[in-house]
Amino acid sequence: MEETELAKEKYEQLEKFIDSLPEKEGELIKVLHKAQEIFGYLPKEVQHFVAKKLGVPAAKVYGVVTFYSFFNMEPKGEHTISVCMGTACYVRGAETVLEEFKSQLGIECNQTTKDGKFTLDALRCVGACGLAPVVMVDSKVYGRVTKEMVKDIIAEYEG
Amino acid sequence: MGKIKSFDELVQLQKEAKEKEVVHDIHILVCGGTGCKSQDSDMIVNNLREEIKNNNLEDRVKVVKTGCFGFCEKGPIVKFLPDNTFYIEVKPEDAKELITEHVINGEKVTRLLYRNQTTNEVVPDSKHMDFYKKQQRIALKNCGFINPGEIEEYIREDGYQALAKCLTEKSTKDVIDIVKESGLRGRGGAGFPTGLKWEIASRYDADVKYVVCNADEGDPGAFMDRSILEGDPHSVVEAMAICGYAIGASKGRVYIRAEYPLAIKRLNNAIMSAREYGLLGKHILGTDFNFDIEITFGAGAFVCGEETALIHSMEGSRGEPTTKPPFPAESGFFGKPTNVNNVETFANIPKIILNGAEWYKSIGTEKSAGTKVFALAGKINNVGLIEVPMGTTLREVIFDIGGGIKNGKKFKAVQTGGPSGGCLTEKDLDTPIDFDNLIAKGSMMGSGGMIVMDEDSCMPAVAKFYLEFTKEESCGKCTPCRIGTTRLLELLEMICEGKGTLEHLDELKNLSQVIKDTALCGLGQTAPNPILSTLDAFYDEYLAHVTDKKCPSKSCRKLLSYKIDANQCKGCTLCSRVCPNGAIIGKVKEAHMIDLMKCVKCGACMEKCKFGAISME
Repeated sequence: MEETELAKEKYEQLEKFIDSLPEKEGELIKVLHKAQEIFGYLPKEVQHFVAKKLGVPAAKVYGVVTFYSFFNMEPKGEHTISVCMGTACYVRGAETVLEEFKSQLGIECNQTTKDGKFTLDALRCVGACGLAPVVMVDSKVYGRVTKEMVKDIIAEYEG
Repeated sequence: MGKIKSFDELVQLQKEAKEKEVVHDIHILVCGGTGCKSQDSDMIVNNLREEIKNNNLEDRVKVVKTGCFGFCEKGPIVKFLPDNTFYIEVKPEDAKELITEHVINGEKVTRLLYRNQTTNEVVPDSKHMDFYKKQQRIALKNCGFINPGEIEEYIREDGYQALAKCLTEKSTKDVIDIVKESGLRGRGGAGFPTGLKWEIASRYDADVKYVVCNADEGDPGAFMDRSILEGDPHSVVEAMAICGYAIGASKGRVYIRAEYPLAIKRLNNAIMSAREYGLLGKHILGTDFNFDIEITFGAGAFVCGEETALIHSMEGSRGEPTTKPPFPAESGFFGKPTNVNNVETFANIPKIILNGAEWYKSIGTEKSAGTKVFALAGKINNVGLIEVPMGTTLREVIFDIGGGIKNGKKFKAVQTGGPSGGCLTEKDLDTPIDFDNLIAKGSMMGSGGMIVMDEDSCMPAVAKFYLEFTKEESCGKCTPCRIGTTRLLELLEMICEGKGTLEHLDELKNLSQVIKDTALCGLGQTAPNPILSTLDAFYDEYLAHVTDKKCPSKSCRKLLSYKIDANQCKGCTLCSRVCPNGAIIGKVKEAHMIDLMKCVKCGACMEKCKFGAISME
């Protein structure tokens, strides 16, 4: 019951945002950014809702959501661990770091741990190449990460 | 602050800003770029301010949070003016010592000063640092110098005077002519002459026209656009308005990556204060010119750096490129005439207007005027952002400015132009860098990423890395790119796993050529470059992978083999216990052996062995 209340509130928030746009044409990506900010991810129902409100086919919404890496259709964990796999990080050993996260968390890239605590993903360049290899947990940047540091980084967010 | 209504009022405001500035004898500049910020540079600012307050020095000393200094390797950076003292790797707890020693006692804090890498001598100020000696900063002029959050600091440094000059003294044709004359070429990758682009866009009439700034910096390893937007956002705002005036556009859009939160925040702030000061909006500087800027967020797609794809993305659709013509100048954003330039290109514009086309043309080479910003990264000592005149050699960039290769290793190659570029080697080191020379060498300028590789980098694996990227980022619209990059990647995977044959190498070459000739847009056409250039320069390495099944740089895991030296093995069993696959056999106190059929080549045994008995080849 509580959950549906919450969802209703979120839909209202999104609706308000869409209604506030002076022009609806061409604003699909902006609306999806907002929707993901509100819901955390973009499930089918939310995509249908957006399609209806903007008067575009649901297929177009789905096409856009799947095209851009920033949008995700699965809920994310409480914390997102992003290992930078940009070129600068790659040549300085980011792959080893990513492997270590995978083995310690027991998940692959783009997966979430069973307890819903962590989502692991690889991203392309946060532009902090001076600190390569770089790992971002939520919005915090960790620089010059080594295989040995992985355990401590995870520990910071556990418990 | 009310709106500035004329050129004179702007000049008056600059005068006031300069007067305000001389009040303090010492300015402490603290880097607030993404790199230094993630190492607590905000805390350094706070602590310095606290110390200044505690010592009643507020009248004498001012702390300014600036954009990127470029010397990211040794961040956080703190610089003291007027003597340019350059402190590196500063920690928040160093604030007290910096204020007491440097400001109160007048002594530099030696332990935090930069040391010359070869002589290990202390370098007293940034003017004597090799990193800065060969640089010439035009696009990055204000980065690491002004507070990007204060419009008055930008105005103090001649900000918005170029726009004022254009609006009050120059016709739209004059402006286009200056940019054409200057020889400025697009810094986003292709190097198309900017002035010509403006001229074409100016020819089309429509009720509304657009100026678009491409800030979708997708090349992994390049971060100049982010640094400019973080460190000097007003230069881009001003240049977009100048472009709007020149081509007759009233609307501006910045298409920026959602992954750059700090740049978005600073740009937003800059747009708002420009509006407040009457430098954006209606009747700018009391003239009839109207121009305003909006921000559009990208959502993570490399192909959106291509201008037609970028425009489709701005329209809320999938960012798929379309064939040109029509060019955006004729039919762009929602079918209206649109001019797209990249961030760094724009950042050059105000300086060109103020100093003249002749001045700009005198810098750089004949066909590539001006300077170029490069992001140095990879296995190099001084990772960071640099700006050098076109025509500087790779050797100067990598060895003089970049400080050479990390850990004394040997230079092997440098990749310019990101995933669309190619690898340049030892023999190319003395080539002057400009648009045409790099293309002649099988690479390209791209947005200016420079990834340096040393002897430990395996070139087929590097090519594979780039193909993973382009395959992932291919939008899927045209067959050569969608299927071609997938096939290329499969071939490279086989080669790196020891399953490749000589025929595969030929196939790799042929397919690369086909994709180059037939793909729809720049992404596909350039995707095979990393393969072609490494095949050309490092054919032996490819051969070693396919014929000897060996990886000369010992980095392709599947091609390694581990061996225990029976004479050195003490039979301590440590290795057999750590082996995840039970591949090591042997009794206690007897020499062990590795069962190569079972070995997964993880290297755990070698890491654990205390006697150095395990080797790899």
